[in-house]
Amino acid sequence: MAEQLYTYAVARIRSKELLLLSKSEIDQLLNCKSEKECLKLLSEKGWGKTGEEDSEEMLRVERDKIWNLMKELVEDISVFNMFLYTNDYHNLKAAIKQVYTDSKQDDIYITQGTVPVDVILNSVKEHNFSALPEHMQKSADEAYQVLLHTGDSQLCDVILDKAALETMLRKCKESKVELLAKYAELKVAAANINIAVRSNKTRKSRAFLERSIADCASLDKNKLISAALESLESIYQYLQFTDYADAVEAIKESSSAFERWCDNLIMKHIRPQKSNPFTISPLAAYILARENEIKTVRILLSGKRNEIDDGFIRERMRDMYV
Amino acid sequence: MDKFGIVFALLGAALAALGAGAGSARGVGLGGEAGSGLVTEDPAKFGKVLILQLLPGTQGIYGLLIAFITLSNIGVLGGSADFGIAKGLLYLAACLPMAIVGYVSAIAQAKASVASMGILAKRPDQFGKSMIFPAMVETYAILALLISMLSINGVAGLSI
Repeated sequence: MAEQLYTYAVARIRSKELLLLSKSEIDQLLNCKSEKECLKLLSEKGWGKTGEEDSEEMLRVERDKIWNLMKELVEDISVFNMFLYTNDYHNLKAAIKQVYTDSKQDDIYITQGTVPVDVILNSVKEHNFSALPEHMQKSADEAYQVLLHTGDSQLCDVILDKAALETMLRKCKESKVELLAKYAELKVAAANINIAVRSNKTRKSRAFLERSIADCASLDKNKLISAALESLESIYQYLQFTDYADAVEAIKESSSAFERWCDNLIMKHIRPQKSNPFTISPLAAYILARENEIKTVRILLSGKRNEIDDGFIRERMRDMYV
Repeated sequence: MDKFGIVFALLGAALAALGAGAGSARGVGLGGEAGSGLVTEDPAKFGKVLILQLLPGTQGIYGLLIAFITLSNIGVLGGSADFGIAKGLLYLAACLPMAIVGYVSAIAQAKASVASMGILAKRPDQFGKSMIFPAMVETYAILALLISMLSINGVAGLSI
């Protein structure tokens, strides 16, 4: 079948891109004196719904706007499921822990996912995961059993995080969209590097690393695990021979600097889509650009709320898509 | 067998109208899809969008013109249709540049038009420049039109 062109959708996205925050607008937000002032400025730029929301509500509204727009633009929204799997697995983690601790909180779930929260919660309560998609069933059961028998919530998280990454990578590769495949590969590699660095610092075992590091093409799992078991220097040395050699400096600086490096690299990869008039790639790029924008604004607002020094916040600002 | 000349000549005329017309239909359709997207977000751009959408429509007109000239020359629209198979094949060959280049250039031009709508979306003040890119594709449709037209007139004058 010929590749779908998404001509109408991409033309609408071209106009929507005009509303994305630019670097100068981020600077404007940085110059605001308080979180309230930032929210007012964002509201003037069309963020939020009523102009009366708090920061979390405003960001939630903005995220909903992305998905409502996509539902309008594409007939079958499942083409973007790869961006929602991490939400599903987050909800699964939250449901397993909620059932395990027998708590009643319901504000721990993310509304945007491919599986309704009720279905996930009921599956966990009944310990019957057949209602979940096939890719979730095995890992859900494994994570549930681990938490039930060992009480080790970190291991439960690790099992589900790995499953989420592997599912996302597989689905992105199956989509045959180069941009998505590249994005997923980078996300998985970044998560693996993070796990390797943290595991080294907390002296985790090989078994833990084997269980938590996902397979990906750009990193050799065995070499990374061996390096993580040795020293941080070994991890840096191994990375020098991979596509992530430039990341070493950022990793040495801090985990947030590395996260920023990854986000900026994703923006660099998706930026050429600004001039691509066809296919699903510009739509996917727009979703990633909006997510990046929301993440940047969240960091900025939280910095302003806690009266953190502007220089410190500025260091954490991501490169913008536009 | 000699009577087949008119069949080939008519086939040529039909192909010129078909190829160029089908290309234009696809092209204008593609431009319309992108145009709808743009106008949904900014209705004030309708006039400029319409111009970009219609650029790939010219090939259909050229195809019609070639088909019409051919029909006139071969006597289908009146007069005598008395020529041999060789002349009929020559008419068919004369129509092919317009049929093929018309189809291909209309689609290529539509893609350029859609891309130019991106310029219109982001930099409406650069509308003039945005029109140049798809307009360049028109050159090749005009060249094909010229060759088809000269060939048909040349073939008409041949005594074979």
